[in-house]
Amino acid sequence: MIIALLSDIHANLEALNACLKHAAEGGAERFAFLGDLVGYGADPQAVVDIVAAHAAHGAIVIKGNHDEAIEKTPRYMNDSVRAVIDWTRQALSDECRAFLSALPLEVHEQDACFVHASAAAPERWDYIDSPAAAHRSIDAAQATYTFSGHVHDQELYVEARPGKASVFRPIPGSPVPIGRHRRWLALVGSVGQPRDGNPAAAYAHFDTEREQITFRRVPYDHCAAAAKIERAGLPLSIANRIAKGV
Amino acid sequence: MSGPPAARYATGTELDGFTLGERIHSGAMGHIFRVTGRDSGFPMIAKVPRVGPGESGEGIINFETEAMLLPALSGPHVPRFVAVGSLSRTPYLVTEWIDGESLGQLLERGRMSASDTARVGAAVADAVHSLHLQDAIHFDLKPDNVILKADGTAVLIDFGIAFHAHFPDLLAEEQRFAAGSAPYISPEQVQRMRSDPRSDIFALGVILYEMATGELPFGEPSTMAGLRDRLWLDPVPPRVHAPDIPPWLQEIILRCLEPRPERRYQSAAHIAFDLRHPEQVAPTRRATKAAQAGVLEQARRWWLSRNAPPAPRSLPKSLVASSPIILVAVDTGNPDDERQPALRRATADLLSLSSEFRLICVSVIARAVAAERSGESGSSSGVYLEHLARLRHWVTPLGLPPKRLSLHVIESANPENALLDFAANNHVDLIVLGAPQPSERGLAWWRSAASGVTANARCSVHVVRIPERAAG
Repeated sequence: MIIALLSDIHANLEALNACLKHAAEGGAERFAFLGDLVGYGADPQAVVDIVAAHAAHGAIVIKGNHDEAIEKTPRYMNDSVRAVIDWTRQALSDECRAFLSALPLEVHEQDACFVHASAAAPERWDYIDSPAAAHRSIDAAQATYTFSGHVHDQELYVEARPGKASVFRPIPGSPVPIGRHRRWLALVGSVGQPRDGNPAAAYAHFDTEREQITFRRVPYDHCAAAAKIERAGLPLSIANRIAKGV
Repeated sequence: MSGPPAARYATGTELDGFTLGERIHSGAMGHIFRVTGRDSGFPMIAKVPRVGPGESGEGIINFETEAMLLPALSGPHVPRFVAVGSLSRTPYLVTEWIDGESLGQLLERGRMSASDTARVGAAVADAVHSLHLQDAIHFDLKPDNVILKADGTAVLIDFGIAFHAHFPDLLAEEQRFAAGSAPYISPEQVQRMRSDPRSDIFALGVILYEMATGELPFGEPSTMAGLRDRLWLDPVPPRVHAPDIPPWLQEIILRCLEPRPERRYQSAAHIAFDLRHPEQVAPTRRATKAAQAGVLEQARRWWLSRNAPPAPRSLPKSLVASSPIILVAVDTGNPDDERQPALRRATADLLSLSSEFRLICVSVIARAVAAERSGESGSSSGVYLEHLARLRHWVTPLGLPPKRLSLHVIESANPENALLDFAANNHVDLIVLGAPQPSERGLAWWRSAASGVTANARCSVHVVRIPERAAG
């Protein structure tokens, strides 16, 4: 079975639709949304509606820090992000806010753990930014596979030696064997706000039978998504990030 | 890591439809059996790792690395992949059995002549280049890992510590004392750096040295200090061991063995080219060096090696791409043709895109012309030299250093095939040639050469055309 792993959609409807279409064409039968459905983008309601519809059909949906911020704006967010969160809160229906509020921080299914940030302390939103941080998450997850987002880059960590993870920057479109005899942590990239200078949306395919993961980049009309942010009166700096992929 | 007991693998064992035959090798990493059971059309072997209690786990990483890489590799220079068993249940790897003699076996009979070293060395360089083009690095090149087939093709085996840019490097965290074979590994590998395809160029240099001299340039060190010698110590020049080694071969070998990767050949294709065209090797001080560096020079190098920053990381494909072999076809039969300067300008523009190119200038002269002229000037070699002089005259304005350049006059009745064969046999990445002029469109040979080469080349072709002037 192919599971499409999508994270950090950030209310970018154009990017989400492009990835869902791409995933369906690639044979995806299941979907896992790894958090941060909202924040930054101009289409929170439409995005949450789509994800909620998938959830009704058995998709895994995890809560991210931006989703949590809809309930209560945390102190760590800067002014422009805070402005978007405030705007998003009023743009969402009561049902959507309830949907986000009820999302779990972590889901375990068979030999996989799905979590937005680190499985070591999901509620702390720590970034997986080093092999050591990756290993802490792998260890806490106690699963063969840990799938996460939060860090907007695509990276694959492998426990090459007991107690030691090493990092690999995957090449989009090239399947990587991830056998069950080892433990792996995949950061699947961001659908709605890539930050590596390439504006194309990012997600990943996990093929459970063939034990392989394929990281994907999907070009979409990112200028349209940026223009919507501008039109909604949200901070220009955020529109520029989408336009440039930074 | 648990696994099936070793006893599970024995002659006669059935594995997912394969039947293990004779065990032909047992080593630290595992066992190799002949295998039957699937109609692949070629003889097969199965590799099985040593797993289970009491095993170190080293073997499993090497096995896993090979099982990950081989399915992604193709071409005549690697064993064909057949099947792999699940590492968590029944680990095995079935591949083609390469029929031939290993270079190691060949070398047991003693050192090789310069011409044999060049011929076999070029075949090995072809294989290394093919691997680098696939974005992979072997990292364990040594005579035992090169199988020479009856047709002269070299096949590389044992990808247990190889690297592929598309896959995670399981050996990146390897704490074991420098993975690889001590006599052959590069200075970078000694420093535990696993990212440079030029490590394979260094190992190829050690192999060439061994083929030509029967000696190992850095011996067989067994300590870290001994291994580190190659970071600064220059080897005894091959010609000191065997004075009959020609300077061009010493030049090639010592250029491969430069401690700094950026001073080596940047592409195995360039090595193959030089080994096949010794007369085109531009000798430097390396070619005739008669002794190792003096004590003071060695002390200086030792000091520099301690402080040198590591060379920047380079992936195989991008390094190959930045070291192109460019062939330009020059019509020396028509030296005053107005397309000549245009062709030269286009060539200069293309060369400006990379600093590590090799430019091959080729003139194809028809045999008929050579024969006819030979009556007048007395010899066909006179005609040959005349065209060679024109070729040199054509390229001189580009001001290229000798090591970037090579000049070839080829006699052939069929210029198209002559260019295509030369390009295919020498790993040419780009052919540059002139388009036929409007007035020549009816004429046979340049037209057929330009269009035929464009249609049939295995590489890119750049056709230079002078814009047609508007009539009237």
